[in-house]
Amino acid sequence: MGRGHGGALGAVYVPGSSVVHRLAPHVKLVAVVAFALVVVATPVHAGWAWAAYAAFGVLVLAVAAVAGLTAGRLARGLAVELPFVVFALLLPFVSRGPRVEVAGLSLSESGLTAGGGLLAKATLSVLAATVLAATTEARELLRGLERLRLPAALVQILSFMIRYADVVSGELRRMRVARESRGFRARHLGALRVLGPAAASLFVRSYERGERVHLAMLSRGYTGRLAAAPAAAVRPGSWALGLSLPLAAAAVLGTGMLVG
Amino acid sequence: MHVPDGFLDAPTSVATGLVAAGTVAVALRGARRELDERTAPLAGLTAAFVFAVQMMNFPVGAGTSGHLIGGALTAILVGPWTAVLCMTVVLVVQAVLFADGGLTALGTNVTLMGLVAVVLGYGVFRLLVRLLPPTRTAVLAGAAAGALISVPASALAFVGLFAVGGVADVSLGAVAATMGGIHLFIGAGEAAITVAVLGAVLTVRPDLVHGAAHLRRPTDLAPRPQVAPAAGAAR
Repeated sequence: MGRGHGGALGAVYVPGSSVVHRLAPHVKLVAVVAFALVVVATPVHAGWAWAAYAAFGVLVLAVAAVAGLTAGRLARGLAVELPFVVFALLLPFVSRGPRVEVAGLSLSESGLTAGGGLLAKATLSVLAATVLAATTEARELLRGLERLRLPAALVQILSFMIRYADVVSGELRRMRVARESRGFRARHLGALRVLGPAAASLFVRSYERGERVHLAMLSRGYTGRLAAAPAAAVRPGSWALGLSLPLAAAAVLGTGMLVG
Repeated sequence: MHVPDGFLDAPTSVATGLVAAGTVAVALRGARRELDERTAPLAGLTAAFVFAVQMMNFPVGAGTSGHLIGGALTAILVGPWTAVLCMTVVLVVQAVLFADGGLTALGTNVTLMGLVAVVLGYGVFRLLVRLLPPTRTAVLAGAAAGALISVPASALAFVGLFAVGGVADVSLGAVAATMGGIHLFIGAGEAAITVAVLGAVLTVRPDLVHGAAHLRRPTDLAPRPQVAPAAGAAR
């Protein structure tokens, strides 16, 4: 238990007490989505787009610094972007339009812009979402989604998934350790004869656990909805603080449109 | 592989967001029919299973490995509506907690991997099961076809969205051919894994497989030994 109880989900959150940590979860959710919208709305082909992307980057990194996140944590968050880096790198080769010579390669101009723009937008949004996930506990995020009027049934399913994701992943990990300590190595497609039933028993165990959980809930008086404490009111000040990120980004975008 | 922010333009993202919201609303009703009030715990645990199994590596040869996406498999195991909810929940968690798939592209991802993959995969499965004789082999063949088709279908749906709201100027025929070709290959892997997992579930707990309900037979009760009433029993 060296890493605590954190499985895949637990490892996401970085404990702290910064201003960013203390903001209400739904305020942060709205702020990050609004920021992503501003980033997406920035036209790639405008001349000032790159200055705007740089400004957005400075804004996100400033928030990350206030939250006390390390560069390593942000870099781990960026790893999910890798498949799209490949796609963005391919765009200059496959796009149409006028071509330019770069280091002996014939590249499409519009492809270069589009690929670069995609990369910049995806990176900025992933950074913002990483800051959100690193400063908000999964349970809190759930409460945030609930306050943003996500259907109650969906919130319940989400809460069960978040509660048990690490349990089920832990089961998967123990099964892998057991397999490998018996000398199993997955080398080729034939391994499916072992891995298929392993995944199947994981499903059967998860489903049966669901049935047990349901019975345990019924015996504690579950009627189809979960009791929750009344949500605390959020002061206008913390809305202002939370929304300062997307508002600053929108100001950059507005300036660019006026000046550029 | 999830669509990140900024890949499609705003109108397309909003439109797919509305489609996704409608899908989830319909699925919430449908799942109540499939699971009644057990929906929350069972769908939640099934989503946790999908989340975990996506981290499992299956070797596909030549030193590479792939993982299950699980849309078709989940639909066959727990029913299509519950599967739509499970995939949606997994995508929400991946987007919010892991930044995997953009927040503004969440609707797009739910449409592609929740709606298109599940509905098409399950539709093909149902069609084949209806046409073929009611045997275990037919269920597995249907599952293979459903899984095989679900992957390139959602890839082509993505190309379609890209044609409407893509931000790059590429020749669509080339993109469609490349994406379709690569994902047909990935779909073959998905089909192999789906059959392996489904076959094993059918062996140990056939009663848990929603898509094989028609194979279930009432168990023959053991005949009760006939005992002639004893003469003095009424005393």
